Amino acid sequence: MTQRLWPLAVYFFLVIAMVAGMIGLSYVIGQRHRERETGQPYESGIVPTGTARLRFDVKFYLIAMFFVIFDLESLFIISWAIALRQSGWAGYIEILIFISVLVAALVYLWRLGALDWAAGKTEKER
Amino acid sequence: MNFFEVVFQPGIMDIIVKMLIILVKAVVVVGVLMLHVTYATYFERKSIGHMQVRLGPMQVGPHGLLQPIADFIKLFFKEDIIPAGADKPIFFIAPVISIFAGMTAISVIPFFNGFVIADINIGLLFILAMSSLNAYGVMLAGWASNSKYSFLGSLRSSAQVISYEIAMGLSLVGVMMMSGSLNLSDIVRAQERFPGGFYWPQALGFFVFMVAAFAETNRTPFDLPEAESELVAGYFTEYSGMRFALFYVAEYVGMILMSLVAITCFLGGWDGPFAIPYVPFAWLFLKLYFFIFLFYWIRATVPRYRYDQLMALGWKLLIPLALLNILGTGLVKVLLR
Repeated sequence: MTQRLWPLAVYFFLVIAMVAGMIGLSYVIGQRHRERETGQPYESGIVPTGTARLRFDVKFYLIAMFFVIFDLESLFIISWAIALRQSGWAGYIEILIFISVLVAALVYLWRLGALDWAAGKTEKER
Repeated sequence: MNFFEVVFQPGIMDIIVKMLIILVKAVVVVGVLMLHVTYATYFERKSIGHMQVRLGPMQVGPHGLLQPIADFIKLFFKEDIIPAGADKPIFFIAPVISIFAGMTAISVIPFFNGFVIADINIGLLFILAMSSLNAYGVMLAGWASNSKYSFLGSLRSSAQVISYEIAMGLSLVGVMMMSGSLNLSDIVRAQERFPGGFYWPQALGFFVFMVAAFAETNRTPFDLPEAESELVAGYFTEYSGMRFALFYVAEYVGMILMSLVAITCFLGGWDGPFAIPYVPFAWLFLKLYFFIFLFYWIRATVPRYRYDQLMALGWKLLIPLALLNILGTGLVKVLLR
C-alpha cells in the first residue's frame, strides 16, 4: 500500500510547486499600484456601502446539512456496492431497506417544502 | 558502517530509479494537463465563435493559435489586487485549494494500460473527495473577498456543487457494482466485456453523471454562480492577475477531470474499437476532445437554468433516478450472480 501512495505525494508536491511558481513569478514581475480606489471592492461603479458579510438565507444552511446526511449515506451504499458479489440476496434486501429509509427522508423533506426554492409561497399554498 | 555503505545499499538504486520515473511521469502529466487547459480556452473561443457565425481569435499567430499563450503571459504582468477588508490568508489560499483539488484528482486516472501516477484502490472515492474539496475553494473565495457579488456567487455555487455531488456519487455506484472495484484501471478492464463501455448497461447512471458533471463544473446551463448579467463573475469577482488565472485554470481542469471520469467509468477508458499502433493513449484523448467539445456545444445551445429549477432538478429528479439505478443494477447483478 505504501508503495502505491508515495507517487501521490510526489504529484501533490509538484502541483503545489507549480502553483507557487506561478504566483511567485507574477508577484515578482507584476504591476503595483497604490491609489485611492485600488483596494475598493467592485460594486458596479458605485462606492461600496456596508459590510459584504450579509445575512444569508437559511436555506443554504439547510442544503449543507442535507449534504452531510446524504453524502454519508451514499458512503454506506458505496461500501455495499463493492461487496455486492459476496453479500448476495441478504445484502440486497438490507440495502433495499436502507435506501427506502433514505427515500422516505427525501420524500419528507420534499413534502415539507425544504427543497423548494421558488419565492412567494405561503404556508397555505404548500 | 560509513556513509557510503548506508547510501549505496543494494537495492537503493532501484528506489532512486523508481522515484525518478514517478517524478518524470508526474511532470509529463502536469505539463500535458496545463497544455490542454491553455488550448481548451482557445478551442472554446474558436468553437463558440464559429457556432455564433464569428471567427473567434484571429490576430495572434495563424488563426489566433498563439492567443492563449499571449493571454497567459499577459496575466503574469498583471497586478494581484487584494480588496480592502479582505481576509488576506483565506483570500490567498482559496484559489490554491481550488486548483489543487482539480489537479490532484487527475493523478488516479489511467491514461493507458499501466500508465497511472497513483494506482490506489480507492481511486473513484478519491476523485469524489477531491471534487468536494473544490467547494471549499469556492466558499472561502467568496467569503474572503469582502464583496457582495463574490459572497452571493459563492453561496449559490457551493450549494449547487454540494447538491450535485450527491447525485454524482450515487450515479457512479452502478459502475462500482458492475466492476466490483473502485480502482479506475480495474473499472476500465471490467468494461472489456461490454463493447463500448458501461454507457449502455448504465445508461441511467451515465445520464445522471453527465448532468451532475455540468453542474459540478459550473458550466452552462448551470453556470449560475457566474451569471454575468447579475453577479459579474460570481465568487472570483475580486480576483485579478495570477490568482484569477488559477481559478480559471481550475475551471478547465475540472472540466477535463469530469470528462476523464466519464470516459474511464462509462466509455471504456483507453480502449477503442481497434488498436491504434504506437499511441496507446490515442482513444482516451480522442474521447476527451469529444467531451470538451460537448461542453462548448451545450454552452452555445442551451440557455441558463433558474436557481429554483436547478436545485429542484438535483434533489427531486437526479437523486431519485440515481437511487433507482442503484436498486435496478443491484437486482440484475444479484439475479445473474
